[in-house]
Amino acid sequence: MDNIRNFSIIAHIDHGKSTLADRLIQYTGITNTRTFKDQILDNMDIERERGITIKSQAISLPYLGKDGKSYILNLIDTPGHVDFSYEVSRSLASCEGVLLLIDAAQGVQAQTLANLYLAMEHNLEIIPVINKIDLPAADVERVIEQIDRELGLDAEGHLKCSAKEGTGIEDILEAVVERIPPPKGDSEAPLAALIFDAHYDPFRGTVIHCRIFDGSVRSGDIIRFMFNGANYKVEEVGRFLLSRQKRDYLSAGEVGYLIAGVKTVSDVHTGDTVTMESRPCRQALPGFKEVKPVVFASIYPISSDDYQDLADSLEKYTLNDAAFVYQKDSSAALGQGFRCGFLGLLHLEIVQERLEREYDLSIILSVPSVRYRFTLKNGSTVDVDNPTLYPDPSSIAGSEEPYIRAVMMLPERYLGSVMKLCMEKRGANSVINYPGPGRVELSYEMPLAEVIYDFYDRFKSVTQGYGSFDYDLIDYRTSNLALVDILVNGEKVDALSQIVHRERARARALQACERLKEEIPRQMFKIAIQGVIGGEIISRTTISAFRKDVTAKCYGGDITRKRKLLEKQKKGKKRMKMIGSVSIPQSAFLAVLKSDTD
Amino acid sequence: METPGLYIHIPFCFSKCHYCGFYSTTSLDAVEDFVRALLGEMDIYREDFNAFDTIYIGGGTPSLIPVKYVGRILEEAAQIFAISSHAEITLEANPADLDLHDMRALRNSGINRINIGIQSFDDTVLTILGRKHNRAQALAALDNAEKAGFDATGIDLIYGVPGQETDSWKDTLLTALSFHPAHLSCYQLTVEPGTPLAIRQSEGEIVLPDEAFLADIFFETTDIIEKAGYIQYEVSNFARNLKLTSRHNQKYWNHTPYLGLGPSAHSFREHRRWWNHCSLSGYIKDLERGKAPVDASETLTDEQLQLEALFLGLRTTKGVHLKDYELRFTYDLLSEKNSIIATLIQKGFIEIHNGCLRPTRAGLAVADSLALI
Repeated sequence: MDNIRNFSIIAHIDHGKSTLADRLIQYTGITNTRTFKDQILDNMDIERERGITIKSQAISLPYLGKDGKSYILNLIDTPGHVDFSYEVSRSLASCEGVLLLIDAAQGVQAQTLANLYLAMEHNLEIIPVINKIDLPAADVERVIEQIDRELGLDAEGHLKCSAKEGTGIEDILEAVVERIPPPKGDSEAPLAALIFDAHYDPFRGTVIHCRIFDGSVRSGDIIRFMFNGANYKVEEVGRFLLSRQKRDYLSAGEVGYLIAGVKTVSDVHTGDTVTMESRPCRQALPGFKEVKPVVFASIYPISSDDYQDLADSLEKYTLNDAAFVYQKDSSAALGQGFRCGFLGLLHLEIVQERLEREYDLSIILSVPSVRYRFTLKNGSTVDVDNPTLYPDPSSIAGSEEPYIRAVMMLPERYLGSVMKLCMEKRGANSVINYPGPGRVELSYEMPLAEVIYDFYDRFKSVTQGYGSFDYDLIDYRTSNLALVDILVNGEKVDALSQIVHRERARARALQACERLKEEIPRQMFKIAIQGVIGGEIISRTTISAFRKDVTAKCYGGDITRKRKLLEKQKKGKKRMKMIGSVSIPQSAFLAVLKSDTD
Repeated sequence: METPGLYIHIPFCFSKCHYCGFYSTTSLDAVEDFVRALLGEMDIYREDFNAFDTIYIGGGTPSLIPVKYVGRILEEAAQIFAISSHAEITLEANPADLDLHDMRALRNSGINRINIGIQSFDDTVLTILGRKHNRAQALAALDNAEKAGFDATGIDLIYGVPGQETDSWKDTLLTALSFHPAHLSCYQLTVEPGTPLAIRQSEGEIVLPDEAFLADIFFETTDIIEKAGYIQYEVSNFARNLKLTSRHNQKYWNHTPYLGLGPSAHSFREHRRWWNHCSLSGYIKDLERGKAPVDASETLTDEQLQLEALFLGLRTTKGVHLKDYELRFTYDLLSEKNSIIATLIQKGFIEIHNGCLRPTRAGLAVADSLALI
């Protein structure tokens, strides 16, 4: 075990996490430059484009230390967004230390701090690494001072590198060996392994990513998931190199994978403990939480002919995303579709993008909603996450909505504007802490619905990107709710309905109309958009018709050009949903939830 | 198959107009070489296209080259191809280029239709457009055409010019109508990328009228011309009676084959469309080697032809003949697009008349969108 180190790289977005990971992989020689695909750890297109890691990944790097000893360095990557903070915590729980990467030009940023706090919570060894020292704007001295003053870390221990140019990489690997403690554990004790991720392999089924804390596991063993008591026979164990490398066994301290005939990733729960059926460990590893969707929306194919394709794609998609759940649904305006649950809005956007990109589907998402709880006059309660299932108002005795505790880290200078924002979002019971000079930790209890309604964008904008934000669901609280419906040319579009707090209902009906006016392109005829609450029309906007769009000349040379333009427009139109005679673009459904400030 | 049309592009201009995106050069040095090349190009297509019943000489400025060349081109065409005895033979002319003598010569060489690019009778507007003629020259050109015996004179006009008042446009229109031309084309100004007008627009120097204003002008123009007894047969084209419509131009809109000769000219037959090099020197060079000066071509899928048939058809007042369309594409437009067509009929954009799906006047103004059904 002494030759194993388990670590993560944590950083603010764009501070060079993936590039450094690539360099470490290259340095340890498990790949050569010719076959090297940049940024191996972020291996989904969307991750590359958005520069964030969505799923965590792991890789075992063989390293010959300056002390002449051979080491296995397990690099565990972490997802980089608040919707996935639980997944981050499970990855960090599998490590003994982290490289805290800071951009030499940008210095300490919001996520640097948020990540640092997470690492501290897990008592990890923290090695500050200043990256991008080759940049003309690099100011290493300033960053060292920030490490000392703002992060409260021992600045003496910092390292410098340029992941882009490949300098300082050996020092980093040496520091990982020297400063991050080797894992502790008892290979003779009953098996206790922490699941930090899983992915689906079309040939082998679910591949479980785990960290062994105690005991060992080999093929043929009967393992048990402690959360649900399900037993499986292990088919294969091994390590992640660039591809999976089969081994005889994994034992305490190691990071690797298990293949055990688990059909889908939804049978595997991140954070769950794997133990042995014949000799279970006494208790599960701490920190397990069952991940439940908190944001719901319906997905419809733009063309109803594509319904079966959508159904097939969702089935395939869920093989690889345990957090995503769905069931059949239908809409009066949009036809047959599926009601889906997500971890948050980003998760929703990722699912949408992946379905379109990887499965070549054109889909519409209804306005996202949280799950509300209604008590009816007959004494029963119903959970409603779909505005179309809003109970008959005369039958409602009371209603509740989910609340979260939001924890925000921000420079003190933004405190006033963030508090104002939280209050506007119905925040209550604020707590303010000062963890370091100039830094504020602010917590609020807030309705989750307010958070999905443009909170994140506005928080980022009022803190100019220096604020970090995290949340936990706490409970349901009494709330006075109302249903806002949207009519397009007099026809109700149920996928645009929202359940909102009654005091906000008018404002939201108004805003929805305004946003739709911006999103729906002008068409050949006038379009009236109305916001309706309880049968009463609250707001109205009109999109005027265009009366002339025809090209003046269309002779020999113009025809090809014109046809190409029409082909492009036709393609664009295929991405719009016809409701009555109005084409509504995909973007309109999500735009209803965004404020006009972005 | 209907008889094809022959288009000949004369790539010379005295100067470039500020709005024009067509290919032309302002140096006349190469006229002789060009004509030789053009005759060579005709020869290349001797076998593929053997008969035409329309010839359209456009440009550029065909009236700029000496009239004798026009005669030579037409003579050679008649040598190589079978030109129908009642062929419609059109030439585009600039008002300032031709005196009565030239006009007569053109008429004698076989041109039986002349299209005069008057654009406006308002000198201020002509200056904005970068035209090199004035109102007086425009009026004189029309007189000369009549005196030369042209009984099919067409007038081209442009509206929607920055700074052009409604009254100026109406005056231009009424002046044009006072000559009882056989044909009238009224084009909304289109700003082509890269033209002087486009640059002035991007620099904020000129502002194009908005869509609502242009729609009003379009409808008002149609009203005025129709009241004068003319027939609108396409978005921008009007004729004194049905016999005086441009037979040549209609070939573009109903997928009749056409052969385009000269730099940048486009040709079409069956599933294929091809076009020549834009540059005069490249054009001449290829033909000196006996090679067709084709720049590129496209082979159209049925689906593309179908889209073209729809958008081209909906630009005409006749519309799309539903039975022909169904026979050609095995696609029953009426039943396939049942609900959207019903809506568009109800909203007054299209109607069904004599077995054709045709745009109403409001529909004609948004014909590009109608084609997206």
